[in-house]
Amino acid sequence: MERVHDLGGRAGFGAVEVEADEPVFHDPWERTARALVFAAMGNHPNPTTSAFRHAIERMDPEHYLTSSYYEHWLTAAASLAVESGAVEPEELEQRAGGPFPLARPPAEPQVEGTGAQRFAVGDRVRVVATPHPGHSRCPDYVRGRIGTVVRVDDSFSLPDIEAHSLRRVVEGTYGVRFTARELWDDADGRAAVHADLWDSYLEPA
Amino acid sequence: MTSDHHHHPAEPAPVERRVAALEQLLTDRGLVPPGFVDAINRAYEQDIGPRNGAKVVARAWVDPEYRQRLLTDSTAAIAELGYGGHEGDHMQVVENTADVHNVVVCTLCSCYPWPVLGLPPAWYKDPPYRARMVREPRALLAEMGCDVQDDVEIAVWDSSAEQRYLVLPQRPPGTDGLSEQELAELVTRDAMIGVARL
Repeated sequence: MERVHDLGGRAGFGAVEVEADEPVFHDPWERTARALVFAAMGNHPNPTTSAFRHAIERMDPEHYLTSSYYEHWLTAAASLAVESGAVEPEELEQRAGGPFPLARPPAEPQVEGTGAQRFAVGDRVRVVATPHPGHSRCPDYVRGRIGTVVRVDDSFSLPDIEAHSLRRVVEGTYGVRFTARELWDDADGRAAVHADLWDSYLEPA
Repeated sequence: MTSDHHHHPAEPAPVERRVAALEQLLTDRGLVPPGFVDAINRAYEQDIGPRNGAKVVARAWVDPEYRQRLLTDSTAAIAELGYGGHEGDHMQVVENTADVHNVVVCTLCSCYPWPVLGLPPAWYKDPPYRARMVREPRALLAEMGCDVQDDVEIAVWDSSAEQRYLVLPQRPPGTDGLSEQELAELVTRDAMIGVARL
């Protein structure tokens, strides 16, 4: 399953389970795992949120869906530590006393980016239909769909490139409004979904 | 080891042991200085949480000019109360009205406005909420105890880029005599995510 983390609109999930009076951390290991991400990033040549997110996204899909949020953080921290040369997989497994699943290797970046801010509030835009390998912050559920720009936000580095390399392409980001019916034929007629999208993800509609 | 044939051949080591292994190795490499784990987390355990956001909301309820600034330049208005920083550098406050109910999600991971709400609850990070809130918001809100009338539009905000969202709930009726501080005590985390009404 590609893009297992890209969950918007996916079928088959049940009830949202709310825990009353939930603590910030359930167990000391969660607290440590959270900090280890920042520790591993301290040694990484590309210490960006994009690279961190992509490390989580590269987890084995079944492991991703069956492990908790802070196990995702642990797996990303360990993977980034291995990939930056700080630790070896074998020593992790030896110390842990068993298998230590890591993320899959990163894909090569496949996009150039526009580096532009081509759209204005009120413009109708279509989201580029085809996903590419590697990291992206374009949710699948808006791909190929038409929406309206409701905000022009600041320009930011395109994560699709930033996650994979030291190259930076800064371009416009937008708040884009989609009617729920544009996204799904049988959706609520009085609902809209907004996604925040980089310039590269859009084309004029 | 069990002989249960459904088991994976390579069951991971217990997560606590994996965390301890990575912590020890990174400590050996000098990447986890003394006090590092506390320094990373302490603020979110002691200082930063939904009470911050509640103060922003209460101020907006009692001060129309602040409310206007909050809706026009959310990041700056929130900074007036001293809140900002990591995961709160680019804020968007969205206002509930009689006609529109707002709700926030991050379908791709778990983006959340840390400076005003703290770290997110588990349900916000788990797959069911992320999958379903964009697809069937009214039904899911009802399941979570938040009934939104059919004639009220639901606006879902998926935090897929750099903006982080905070819902400005409607001020509850019958609260005219309350002070700003008393009003802040009425404001819940869930109302500021948009999965509850006050």
